[in-house]
Parts: sequence; structure tokens; C-alpha cells
Amino acid sequence: MFNRRQTLQHSWAVAALLGTAGMLPLKASAYDKTAFEAKSIAAALKALGAAAPVLSSDVTLTGPEIADSGASVMFAFGTSLPNVKRLLLLVDKNPSALVASFQLSPAVESQFSLRIKMAQSSDVYAVALMQDGKTFFAKREVKVTLGGCGE
Amino acid sequence: MSEPSRIRVVPAGTNATVRVLMNHEMESGQRKDDNGKLIPAWHIQEVTVLLNGKQVLTAEWGTAVSKNPFWQFTLKGTKAGDKVAIQWKDNRGDTRADEVMIGSI
Repeated sequence: MFNRRQTLQHSWAVAALLGTAGMLPLKASAYDKTAFEAKSIAAALKALGAAAPVLSSDVTLTGPEIADSGASVMFAFGTSLPNVKRLLLLVDKNPSALVASFQLSPAVESQFSLRIKMAQSSDVYAVALMQDGKTFFAKREVKVTLGGCGE
Repeated sequence: MSEPSRIRVVPAGTNATVRVLMNHEMESGQRKDDNGKLIPAWHIQEVTVLLNGKQVLTAEWGTAVSKNPFWQFTLKGTKAGDKVAIQWKDNRGDTRADEVMIGSI
């Protein structure tokens, strides 16, 4: 039989053990299946709990006007605004709108480049989710000669 | 067994630009095989970046990131000798971790 003191000691040992387990390098950041399977930009943002996005010149999105192949289209996106929580890249007419989500820390600049697939000509969105709950975006229309999702 | 990611770090003052080329099929789940059967999605879902063992960036990716993903980001407050580790995990549970050391300017 454990007395109260022993039980407490055991709890501490277990807590310490859990703490160590939490320090494992690949922390299980939950992949948001609902957001990534959402068909529309609105549905993806809703799944992520984002506020209605506001167009902002402080969010930037650069990429080609015309992409010969939708299999690999390079975009650079980011924001000059401070206190960004997440940066998203979305393609309106892809089978699933959300392409990528980057969770920032003070050790990383809020600027990324990424090669993505585009199923067809579409508007592409860069969205910044701020610490204070606001949501800003930039938009760019890209024409795709040959689609890249069924390739 | 997955192939290593190619990581190139270009230091600029106290920042470092990191270019990453990962080795992954990134199957979209939209394609059909010769018999008209849908090929299941197979893609990287989670990416983690550690600077000297401390997590500084995480990303979640869907099926629309290109095959053999190429991406770029910039770390702040880095110096020669710092270690940059990049890890990924795909939807089959496969993982990969690679590490490079930041060289001098």
C-alpha cells in the first residue's frame, strides 16, 4: 500500500518523465486535416479559426503571371507587419485550397518561398494570421498553360 | 527509406537564408493509374526547423506542394557554427531529419 507521501513522489516522477517526452525534437504539431481538405479559401480559413481577411499592401505575394506548367510554380510571400502568427498560401481553384501553413517564431523572418502545384489558372492568396486575431491577405492572378494536379 | 534533404545556408550578417530541397514524391491524390484507379495521396504533412536544437519554425503542407519540395526561409540571429536541423513527416508516418552547420561568411 502506498501512503500519501509515496503517491505524491510517484506523481512527480511521472510528471518529470512526461516533461522529458515533451522535449523530443519532432513535436507533434497537429496536422489540420479539415483545413487542408477544405474546397474553398473561406472554408479553409474558417477551419483555422481565422477572422474575415482584409486586403493589405503590407502582405506581399510574388510569382509568375503565366506558368507554363502547373506542376511547379514558385511563389514568394510574406509580410512586413510585426506579430504574425501564421503565414498561409492558398490557391482558389485547386481541389483543396490550402497549400501550406507556416507557424512563425521570433527567430524567423515572415518571408517564404515555395514551389507549388496549380490545377488550373487561378487566384493565389497569401494570408497573414496575426497574434491579435486579425487576418490580412494579398492576391495574385496566375494563368496556367498546363495543369499540375492531374499530371 | 527516404533520401536526404539538401540544405543550403547562405549567411548574411546576423541572418541566414536557408534553401531546402526535399526528396519526396508529393503524390496529389488526384492522379489515376493506367487502370483508371486513383493513386492515393502521399505527401509531407509536417515540417519542423530547429536552430541549435530549439524549435523555431513549423509548417503544415497539403498535397499541392510540388514534387521534391523546394522552399526558402530566413533565420534571424544566427552565427557561424550554429546548427540548422530540418525534419519532415509524411502522411504514411515516414520521417526524415537532416542537419547542417552554418559556415562563416
